[in-house]
Amino acid sequence: MDNIGILDAGIIALLGYAVVFFGLILLMIVVIAMGKIFMARDAKAAAAAAAAPAVAAAPAAVAADAPTAPGSAGQLKLHDVEPKTAAMIMAIVADKMGKPLNELRFISIKEVK
Amino acid sequence: MINIGDILLTLWNQSGFAALIAGFGEGGWQNLVMLTIACVLLYLAIVKKFEPLLLVGIAFGCLLSNLPNAGLYTPELWTKFMAHEIGYGTVMLEGGLLDIFYIGVKSSLYPCLIFMGVGAMSDFGPLLSNPKSLLLGAAAQLGVFAAFFGAILLGFTGPEAASIGIIGGADGPTAIYLTSKLAPHLLGAIAVAAYSYMALIPLIQPPFMNALTTPEQRKIVMKQTRNVSKTEKIIFPIVVTVFVAMLLPDTAPLIGCLMLGNLFKECGVTERLSDTVQNALMNIVTILLSTAVGATMVGSTFLTVQTLSIVVLGVCAFALSTVGGLLGGVVMCKMTGGKVNPLIGSAGVSAVPMAARVSNLVGQKNNPSNFLLMHALGPNVAGVIGSAIAAGFLLSVFG
Repeated sequence: MDNIGILDAGIIALLGYAVVFFGLILLMIVVIAMGKIFMARDAKAAAAAAAAPAVAAAPAAVAADAPTAPGSAGQLKLHDVEPKTAAMIMAIVADKMGKPLNELRFISIKEVK
Repeated sequence: MINIGDILLTLWNQSGFAALIAGFGEGGWQNLVMLTIACVLLYLAIVKKFEPLLLVGIAFGCLLSNLPNAGLYTPELWTKFMAHEIGYGTVMLEGGLLDIFYIGVKSSLYPCLIFMGVGAMSDFGPLLSNPKSLLLGAAAQLGVFAAFFGAILLGFTGPEAASIGIIGGADGPTAIYLTSKLAPHLLGAIAVAAYSYMALIPLIQPPFMNALTTPEQRKIVMKQTRNVSKTEKIIFPIVVTVFVAMLLPDTAPLIGCLMLGNLFKECGVTERLSDTVQNALMNIVTILLSTAVGATMVGSTFLTVQTLSIVVLGVCAFALSTVGGLLGGVVMCKMTGGKVNPLIGSAGVSAVPMAARVSNLVGQKNNPSNFLLMHALGPNVAGVIGSAIAAGFLLSVFG
């Protein structure tokens, strides 16, 4: 296969591109299937948690009613993020956007795992 | 009695200066040109910061192998090795220091270890949360096959064209892996082209990104994708290794090492190994790989018209891969009713994470509140898998 003609080269190029697509499409199907299985499992776990007695809900409601700090723009929900990290993220976003931090409102910061 | 004159004459005759002057007409000038090229590459790496971690080693390897009479690298030994007249043992006995370094390239050890480091530094979470990214990683391999075809048109042989084409994968270890197997005499030129263009991605890609997408498309804000669980991240490298290596066994060394590195990172019980692979091992292998690759840039094989053709074909490969990814992104944008920002398509050319950063930067120029980085990392890591599959295909055809 050292010296190949233009026609053969064209066929190999098209075939190669098709093989890459074929391989990655198959992989995509596998990943989608994997994702669906895990999402179904998570949904089941969430449903089970929701069905459990809502005893712990009361303190949370109290926390939600707590007054906001003067000058702040509402509550910020943190999901698996340290307050120090959240402060850093907010400062970076404000700097990148070129706007003062007190003119921005952050609703929630979630760590994507 | 000692004859000082004889000693001085012997010293002079053994010196590189004497060899350079005596052999100037028979290749000595090529050494001088290569020493100049090595200095230019060092300038680009140190002053212009073009992939300095690799280019400094490549340039210095080139400098060392072109010093007359130093005997650090012996191309004749490798010609005999390719003809199966000698083995690694003879290279170890008769070769210079850089010949011994080069054994790691020839045996594919270094590219695979680098891939392990890349795997340990990669986060496949964005890809898992948006599996359609894999399509963009596939679309962005267009340049590999277009440059392969172009190289055949320019008179290169099949294995040479395949090695040139893989520059479009924008993946240094994959390019070195494939070239060392198919066309080792082109290794220096291909490695320099691949790493130089990777450093130039912020210059090469934006014009195509602006030309192939509309301002409205560039402003599209993509929705945050779902959270990916730890278990999924642990299972993914195992599934990919089994799946891709079964599909194309020639990719097994590259994909296997990439995914082993990623498993070290994700499994949570091998932090020490993950740390070693990402830092100490990666750094050691980078030193050996870059110096050995630079050593192959010997005047007699590097100063040819072929090298110029490789430089031109390389930039075409990069550009066409970018175009392929962007066109894939545009199609995906239209098919999803404008939910996908087509700029993330250009990140499918691999070059992790530089290409994803460029997608993010161009996106933010059009909409400062748009953060595309996480969305672009999906096609970016898909491009690594895609270029490994492309290399596996070319290796199975021409290997």
